[in-house]
Order: sequence, then structure tokens, then C-alpha cells
Amino acid sequence: MIKLDKVSKKFGTGVFGLSEVSLNVDKGEFVFLVGSTGAGKTTIFRLLIRDILPTEGEILVNGWDVVKLPKNKLSTLRKNVGVVFQDLKLLLDRTIFENVMLPLEVAGASSAEATKIVETVLGQVGLTEHKDKFPVQLSGGEVQRAAIARALVLSPEILLADEPTGNLDAATSWEIVKLLTDINKKGTTVVMATHNLDVIKSLGKRVIRIEKGKIVEEPSSVKTLEGQGVKKGSEKHKIEKEEEKTE
Amino acid sequence: MNFAKTAWKNIRRSPYQALAAILIMTLTFLAISFFTFLLVGSSKVINYFESKPQVTAFFKNEASQSDINQLENQLQATGKIASIKFVSKDEALKIYREQNKNDPLLLDLVTADVLPSSFEISTVKIEDMAAISNALNKSALVSDVIYQKDVVSTLTSWTSAIRKIGLTLVVLLSLVSIFIMATIISIKISQKKEDIEIMKLIGATNWYIRWPFLTEGILYGIIGAVVGWTIATIGLLYATPFLESFLKGIPVLPASYLDLLVLLGLEIVFAVFLGAISSFLAVLRYSK
Repeated sequence: MIKLDKVSKKFGTGVFGLSEVSLNVDKGEFVFLVGSTGAGKTTIFRLLIRDILPTEGEILVNGWDVVKLPKNKLSTLRKNVGVVFQDLKLLLDRTIFENVMLPLEVAGASSAEATKIVETVLGQVGLTEHKDKFPVQLSGGEVQRAAIARALVLSPEILLADEPTGNLDAATSWEIVKLLTDINKKGTTVVMATHNLDVIKSLGKRVIRIEKGKIVEEPSSVKTLEGQGVKKGSEKHKIEKEEEKTE
Repeated sequence: MNFAKTAWKNIRRSPYQALAAILIMTLTFLAISFFTFLLVGSSKVINYFESKPQVTAFFKNEASQSDINQLENQLQATGKIASIKFVSKDEALKIYREQNKNDPLLLDLVTADVLPSSFEISTVKIEDMAAISNALNKSALVSDVIYQKDVVSTLTSWTSAIRKIGLTLVVLLSLVSIFIMATIISIKISQKKEDIEIMKLIGATNWYIRWPFLTEGILYGIIGAVVGWTIATIGLLYATPFLESFLKGIPVLPASYLDLLVLLGLEIVFAVFLGAISSFLAVLRYSK
């Protein structure tokens, strides 16, 4: 479903964001992508939707060769991969309903059909009563759910969630994780970047660890992770600003 | 339909920029309407003078009807004559009486013998008047020739000047409006840069992003054209009574409503073109 083969990304500043990264994610899998700030997690997500191009290597997403994908097929790729961005990227001047509706509008769905889908998805993420509010009127967990709803509205086969529990309290983090596991149970492949050790521990899913732009051997235990800089979920984590700056 | 909705939302969210764009378009189309009225009006005035007898040749008393007929044939053979009418002494008296019916003293003094017979000639082209006039002057049958050389040539040169000034002004204003509109749309694009990036990340095509801006530019154009045309038309209708008395019977006014609507239609087509070009320049710059 997702395959990175010796992918490297060198940024304009000369810094390597990724160095010969290879990984596979199978269809229907739930995979955690862990690593410290600036390790390259967001870079992988950006490469998967071709927000940026790799310097070297091959990227396959759902059968698409992302690097060689013609420009006119780019929107098709992005419609097939739902992304919950680290900074959410909700449009602040649109209501939650309008934000979630956006991918459907972009995809050319009819108004009636789109309304029906948006209402269903908002129901799934528990935001029906907040649909007419603007992002700034909602709590952190609610806007996070709105971002997930927007990523899900086109029923993508792959969902990439970049730190969806970052800056959320433990209870809200669990709500988000439960939502993502429910989505995974319905068949969607989920790749979640996180620092939250409690979440990783409790779900027992496969973990891919990345450090300084390189895949490190997959950790056999949570203890190993703790030793490698991944913190417990109860701790607040900094937003990867440095990573973004580098990228 | 979504494009129009988004464009309308953009207009409402930055009313001053929208107002500036509409104002420059209004100014452009006000100038276009104004110069169209002037051009059409002056062309009608020229047509009026051209359709009237342009050359009048008065015959000497001794000219016989057969000589006059022969001269008529010679003139017709030049191919420059649109119409030629012989006015006999009796007909000249009739016209004289009609023109002076309110002055019995003048009527009593004049008889048909006093008045000369004449030719009233219209030429196919206005430039042919001089040649026809010269030919008539050379004829031994003709005592005097008059033609409206000055009126028509003055009008023609005025119309030509109006056409040149109008065209230059319209071209200049169109260029200014294209650049101002392109700048305004560019500002709007840069204000929405983040939104555009988000839309692209969730799969929006370039055209999905471009269409609202193109629609917005076209809307500014159409609104400007309608407002400019409306102001010019109201001005024309208001000025019609004064202009009619100034033009003293020259049938230029009132303007036909159908013609005014055709002008509006043409202006809207041009406005769509101007709006689309301006917005396209802006989105092209953004795309690069």
C-alpha cells in the first residue's frame, strides 16, 4: 500500500531531511511512526502526498509512483490519501461544516450528496452539534476531530495523521486514538506519527522509528522506545517547530 | 456555481478593493459609452448632410431643357452621382412660397421668371463633390454652383478626431483597468495564499483555485460595464431635449432603445474579456 525505497531528501539549506529511508506499510495496517523532533516524520508525510519531491528514491502509494506522477494526476493522489496535518490546516474563516465539505467540493461532488456525507462523517467524529461553529470556537480536541473528519470525508484508503494527539490532554488523546482505530477497523490504512508512548503501548501496533532522517531498527519493546527519546503520553510534547523550520 | 459563490464571498470580504476595481471598470465603460454616443451621433449628422442635396447648380435663363437633359446624362455617366433632381422655375417658386409663406410682401415681389431652375445633386462619395462642382462651373448653362463643402468636411474631420481621441482614451483606460484589476486580484491571491496551499494539499486542481479569481475579475468587469453604461445612458436621455434643440431638426436623437441595449451587450462582452484577461494575468503570476 505504501512503499518507500531508499528515499532521501536534501533540503535547499543542504540539510538531509531523510537519508535512504525504506519502509513498507501493508493494506489495512495501523502503523506508528515515532521519532524525536526533526527526525523526519513530517517529511515522510509530505513526500507521500508529493508536497515535496525526494532527492533520490522511489515512493509508491496505493500503486501510484509518486515521484513520476504527472502533475495532472496529483490532485487524484491527494484525494485518495487523507491527511491530518500537524498544524491541522483548517480554514479559519469557514465553519466546521464548510471545512469538512471542502474536499468534496474540490472533488466535484453534488451539493446534496456532499451534505449527506459531511453530516455522516461529522456524526462519526461527534461534531454534529458544532458543525456551524468556526475552528476558533472549538476546543483542541474538537478541532483535531474536525481535521480528522476532513481527512475522512472522501473515504480515503490511506489516512496519515501527523501528531494528532499533540498538545491534547490524556483523555482527549484517547478519544482521538479510539477514533483512528475505529477508522482502521473499517479497512483504512492508518499511519500515525506520535510521541505518545502510552498510546503506542496500549495499542500494540507496529512501530517504525525514525531518527535524524534514518529508519532505526524497529523497537522490540516500549522500554527500548523510552530509551530512544519517545516520551510518555502524559507528558506534554513540543510541536515540531524545528522540524518545520528545517523543512 | 461554487466558483461564483466563492467569488462573491471574496468581493464581500474585501469591499474596498472590490470598489476600486469596479470604479476603474466603470470609468472605462463610461468613456466607451460616451465616445460611442459621440461617434454614432456625429456619423448620423454626417449621413444627414450627405443624404441632403450636396451640390446645387443654378441654370442660366437661356438654358434649354434639351441642353439640361444632355448635361444630366453627362453627369450620370461619371458614375459619381447618387441622385440628381431637376427643379424647374415653377417648382422653385413653389419652394420659395413655402419657405416664405409668413411674409406676403416677399411673395408678391417674386414670380417664376425671377427664380432660376436648378439641379440638386447628391454624390456617391463626399470627396466627389469638388469634381462635380468643377464640372458644373465649367458648363455654359450654369450660372452658379453652391455646395456644402465646409459643413461636411468640418464634420468629417471632427468625427475623425473624435474617433482617434476616443480610441486612444479607451485603449489607455482599458490597459489601466487591466493593470489595476490584475494588481487587485494579485493582492487577493496573496491574502489567500495559505488557503490556496491548504486547498492544493487536499487535492484541488489549479483550475479549481483559479476559477473563483477569474469569475471575480469577470464580475467586476460586468458590474463596471453596467454601471458605466447606465450613467452614460441616463446622461444621454437627460440631455436629449437640449441636444435636439441644438441640432435643429437633424434626426440624431432620441437614441433607439434597441441600439442602446446592443451597446450594453457589446460592452458586457468586452467587460468579460477585460475581466478575464486581468484575472488571468494575476493567476498566471501566482502560478509561476
